[in-house]
Amino acid sequence: MGYPHKPHPRETVVLSRHFGEADARTYKGWVKRGGYEVLAQALAMEPGRVTDIVKESGLRGRGGAGFPTGLKWSFMPKEKNKPHFLCVNADESEPGTFKDREIMRWTPHALLEGSAIAAHAIQAEVVYVYIRGEFTEPWDFMARALAEANDARVFGAIKIYLHRGAGAYICGEETALMNSIEGKRGNPRIKPPFPAAAGVFGMPTTINNVETLAAVPQILKHGAAWYKGLSLSSPKSTGTKLFSVCGHVQKPGNYEVTMGFPLKDLLYDLCGGMRPGRTLKACIPGGSSVPILNREETESCLLDYEGVVDKGSMLGSGGVIVFDDSTDMVYQIMRLARFYAHESCAQCTQCREGTAWTTKILERILSGRGTTADLDLLLDLSENMTGKTICVLSDSCAAPVVSGIKKFKSEFEDYIAGRRKPVMVA
Amino acid sequence: MSVTAHPTPAGTEEYQPVFVGATLEALGEILTRYPTRQAALLPALWLVQGARGWISDRNMAEVAEVLGLTPAYVKGVVTFYTMYHQHPVGRHFVQVCTTSPCNVCGAEDVVRALLEATGANELGATSPDGNWTVIEVECLGACGFATPILVNDDFIESVTPDKVPDLVRKYK
Repeated sequence: MGYPHKPHPRETVVLSRHFGEADARTYKGWVKRGGYEVLAQALAMEPGRVTDIVKESGLRGRGGAGFPTGLKWSFMPKEKNKPHFLCVNADESEPGTFKDREIMRWTPHALLEGSAIAAHAIQAEVVYVYIRGEFTEPWDFMARALAEANDARVFGAIKIYLHRGAGAYICGEETALMNSIEGKRGNPRIKPPFPAAAGVFGMPTTINNVETLAAVPQILKHGAAWYKGLSLSSPKSTGTKLFSVCGHVQKPGNYEVTMGFPLKDLLYDLCGGMRPGRTLKACIPGGSSVPILNREETESCLLDYEGVVDKGSMLGSGGVIVFDDSTDMVYQIMRLARFYAHESCAQCTQCREGTAWTTKILERILSGRGTTADLDLLLDLSENMTGKTICVLSDSCAAPVVSGIKKFKSEFEDYIAGRRKPVMVA
Repeated sequence: MSVTAHPTPAGTEEYQPVFVGATLEALGEILTRYPTRQAALLPALWLVQGARGWISDRNMAEVAEVLGLTPAYVKGVVTFYTMYHQHPVGRHFVQVCTTSPCNVCGAEDVVRALLEATGANELGATSPDGNWTVIEVECLGACGFATPILVNDDFIESVTPDKVPDLVRKYK
């Protein structure tokens, strides 16, 4: 288990600075690197002041939605007459995304420190870190780090507990995650009420992503202005972001760059480009739930919240999936649809039926039995799956299908017209 | 603590409760973390699976009684989460990621190699020697290190078909 690369000169290492240093996982090692200094300072500050600093920094949620973190914290009741909770979303399961895993594997104390600071800011006495069941290794590192930090009594009155998931992508949706902690099936809840009003156990709750919280100690240490200055483009996208790059690049892995970094440079420079003799065909820039970009869009895309939207997709979780010219787009889109069909909680009709039928129709096309009407059927189905359900899993299934048909239509038509040999059997 | 909610006819094998001794103590500690007993359900199910490898209907009844829930409710939760086994599996339980990022890097070849080398032959089936069960799973969250697999609790990155025979030998 080795961290695969030395930082590239064009990376800006803030969160990943100590990746690869085994000693940073220990309490002593973390303190030696300046860890837990700002936590002590933060615990002595007015909670509202901590929230203000994070607001000023421009930090936005790194789990996918990009909601301003300080603003989210400010929704918590100021007058405290009920217990408050912080839930840490470490249920990282979005295809293409593997950054939170790396944070927990190498710098578990960064997450614990950020969690305790956030808990203080929202006046929560209990923190649950919800780690997906498959992350056995991050769990061990987190458990060890938590035990050491507890022994050193660094968290004051704040209690932090790890909670293990058991195999359900949907539990990364914030209200499903809360249900899962409560010992229920991971069905998302209808909003409102929003978590800040009635979250886990019906109490005011904030849910933040691992990467978001790991950035908080750095913001308090170096100041909001410093963090805000880490941007190459839009003032609405600040700081650094870990991009997980996977698929057909020479050097896949996690790369930390400032917001606004060109996607083209990330792929061709930092990741070493495509395999020899291959060219880029398509790229999903923010985890599998966002629309697919074609080559032109990819090569002109800036990696910040606004820049990716400009190209018709979303920054999402920063999971960059790269497909070269050897890729069968129809097969991979079917594979993504199958993912969502497998992970649907089956609560809403549009999602339960839509994800399953989308998969079935794509499999029909791949087995040489598709018709031209199937493409319209898929688009019609996708429209009925978008914006109509309790959570966005259904929308996420539609995104690659709609963008895929739009941008790679001829590949679908080749299967339908019999110009391409079926790759699935009926 | 004894289980009385679901007595069985005389003459059947006596049920061995899971929540005794150290396991019961572990559950007691877990219960202090949450404001409700229900919230200890997922951790309790992990304790059962850790103790005996899978979760039977009678285990679910025991968990229900210990936490003040009903067996039907517990079963509803068990069936929602894919990592809880409702039937016995091989001594080595292998989960292979085949979602798109791994798929384009050859994950399906890894599945084929594993089925062959372990003798499990079919996804979800257990090899005749009882040692191996192989299943495909959706995204394991290590897409940059294709293909990741889990062998029981061991998370192994960058598995390719040529590495499979050695890997399987290691677990024999």
